Amino acid sequence: MTASAHPTIQSVIARYAGDATRLMDILIDIQEALGCLTHETTAAIAKELKVPQVTVEQTVSFYHFFAREPRGAFVVYLNNSVVAQFHGGEEVATAFEAAAGCRFGEVSADGVVGLFHTACIGMSDQEPAALINGQVFPSLTPDKARALVAGMRAGRTLEDLKGRDYGDGQNAHPLVRALVHNHIRRRGLTVFADYHPGEALAKVTGLSSGEVIAEIKLASVRGRGGAGFPTGMKWEFARRAAGETKYIFCNADEGEPGTFKDRVILTERPQMVFEGMAMAAYAVGAQQGILYVRNEYHYLRDYLEDVLAEMRAQHLLGEAICGVAGFTFDISIQYGAGAYVCGEESALIESAEGKRGEPRDRPPFPVEKGYLQKPTVVNNVETLCSAVQVMLKGPHWYNRLGTEQSKGTKVLCVSGDCERPGIYEVEWGFSVNDILALAGATAVQAVQVGGPSGACIGPEEFERVLAYEDLATGGSFIVIGPQRDLLKDVVLNFTRFFRAESCGSCVPCRALTGMAQVVLERIIDGKGTAEDVERLPSWQAIMRYNRCGLGQTALNPITSTINNFRSLYDGRLARGNPRFVPSFDLAAAVQDYEAAVGAGKD
Amino acid sequence: MTAKATPAKKVIATTSLAGCFGCHMSLLDIDERLFDLIELVDFNKSPLDDIKEFTKECDIGLVEGGCSNDENVHVLTEFRKHCRTLVAVGECAIMGGLPALRNLMPLKDCLDEAYRNGPTVADSNPQQILPHDPDLPKLLDRVYPCHEVVSIDYFLPGCPPSADLIWDALVALVSGNELALEYRTFKFD
Repeated sequence: MTASAHPTIQSVIARYAGDATRLMDILIDIQEALGCLTHETTAAIAKELKVPQVTVEQTVSFYHFFAREPRGAFVVYLNNSVVAQFHGGEEVATAFEAAAGCRFGEVSADGVVGLFHTACIGMSDQEPAALINGQVFPSLTPDKARALVAGMRAGRTLEDLKGRDYGDGQNAHPLVRALVHNHIRRRGLTVFADYHPGEALAKVTGLSSGEVIAEIKLASVRGRGGAGFPTGMKWEFARRAAGETKYIFCNADEGEPGTFKDRVILTERPQMVFEGMAMAAYAVGAQQGILYVRNEYHYLRDYLEDVLAEMRAQHLLGEAICGVAGFTFDISIQYGAGAYVCGEESALIESAEGKRGEPRDRPPFPVEKGYLQKPTVVNNVETLCSAVQVMLKGPHWYNRLGTEQSKGTKVLCVSGDCERPGIYEVEWGFSVNDILALAGATAVQAVQVGGPSGACIGPEEFERVLAYEDLATGGSFIVIGPQRDLLKDVVLNFTRFFRAESCGSCVPCRALTGMAQVVLERIIDGKGTAEDVERLPSWQAIMRYNRCGLGQTALNPITSTINNFRSLYDGRLARGNPRFVPSFDLAAAVQDYEAAVGAGKD
Repeated sequence: MTAKATPAKKVIATTSLAGCFGCHMSLLDIDERLFDLIELVDFNKSPLDDIKEFTKECDIGLVEGGCSNDENVHVLTEFRKHCRTLVAVGECAIMGGLPALRNLMPLKDCLDEAYRNGPTVADSNPQQILPHDPDLPKLLDRVYPCHEVVSIDYFLPGCPPSADLIWDALVALVSGNELALEYRTFKFD
């Protein structure tokens, strides 16, 4: 670290008043200024914050967008998720490597280009996509990759490389200027219905907090992140929790591969999300809100800040909201730094406190002891939008939509092998077949509903319906065509994803995700045994004891395909003497030794 | 007087691969039950009787240690061929154990540290020779647990497994009765 780095560190830390709970913001800003976070930098940060260096180190080392050494003037994070691979991700990666003259995980010799892989970046309807210095470059081809690298070498700016071919809707907003497309294929009755900011809040402030919660309960709004916890109950718990200081969090850390609804909602309906948070604050008695957004959507920062400023000017945020004395609530935005597990609410809170995103033991639940140990409501982006429409149109209107146990609508993110990938807002209760027809998917081998942590189902189950009582989903809906090798292209990719994203806190999750990958690779290599296939599902019983949903569902890609596509596994098992595990290759295992002593022979 | 018809004694083989013989010591720790044991079984290839090669087919093979070199692989493969039931005994056989610490680094780095760069060898190996000879086993790229090399029927955990656990397991295998696995026998903290 150069001596000139010190003033940068000091000024960033001063910006956050030396508050160590703002470590995520501090690290993001310092990395933006210095390019990376070396051990010298973390030592300097720790000294300024008056915390042990290990406190800073453990946060830095947890998130994959934090760099320990320079990652190049242009840092390319190419998505290697399942859907990106479907659409030529491998060819794009090869083109990037050839043009840059370095492999993924490396920086080119001239320091201009750094190539890195990353998990799903929320662009599954326009893959392959990459983040380059925080900007999204969707729908890449090998030609585009080569042109981008040539442009970087020619000294062009990021804006110049991006061009002006902006996406639809607010993607073209002067503060966004993104190449991203919304692809809203079906506007439903909740999130993408007509909406005028402030109407819901005006109505809410005419009611008591108890009445607001009663309406939400009557409508049976359930959490849209996937788990489906009743929203009214969550608000009620937080309202009753002891203490004056309470927080409203909006979880926009959608990291489930194949999910991108929050990106589109934050682009097109940010006011609705913020209004929902203010409503929740009114109901709960909270004064401060935090929108936790995944780092992949950092390109929306200026736009979202502008929306917040506008809402403050309209008295929809700030002091005396809607003219109600004492109703004070404001929202700040917290960015993540690349960690799927932070979508779990207690991990998200830990992250917002500047720590590693490791899920907490519960109870106590966040509604009792959440952010900074204060009662905290964490709601999904779409949940808050639903609450806004319930207040506008009434619980009875909302109750008429959907199924018995799943009221209202759901924003689905359809991707994969179909004609029209994108956003579909439908009432709960649509069947898988209905969605496939809407999306123009004709030849379908399987559908992954709810992302890797959900279920992989075959055609015989396509009449099942999307609802909490049948196929629950946080939004991800990946269509898998007959040309795909389900085990290699999908299940292995998901299994590697979970292994990489496990926070490592619980032993079953940390160990079995790795072991599952080894066994799965063996099976795919044709070296697995029947015992391997039988053993994998039995691990599910141990995985149940993991602390969070990631760990509890990390083997779902394997177990759900063993259940539904058993023949794909059986067809790959090793033949011959079952008493020998044929995967051991002695000649290969002694190669390193022979190379070493070969070099040392006299 | 006619010989009383007794069932043939079960035959046991044992070996220590990349282990420390601690599991064998634990076997000997069954103390006076050793007398019962030799009533129950005959030993074939084993360091306990110094029989070097299998002279007959065995009922039970007890393997201590994982595979660190090609000789370990050879011995383990022979055990699998000659033993109807093969048991991985102890941490090293089951997971690689202490020897597997070297799996965290490339083999070349281990050899360089041991024979070339280490503080105690740097001056004594001017020609920078790494040991190699047709008579020496070849080291594997990493230490493998036994079940990655051959199929294993049973695993006895512990470092070492307690004498009681080994005894109970042997009695169960010889008698054909199910082993009553008590929690204390595999609870280590």
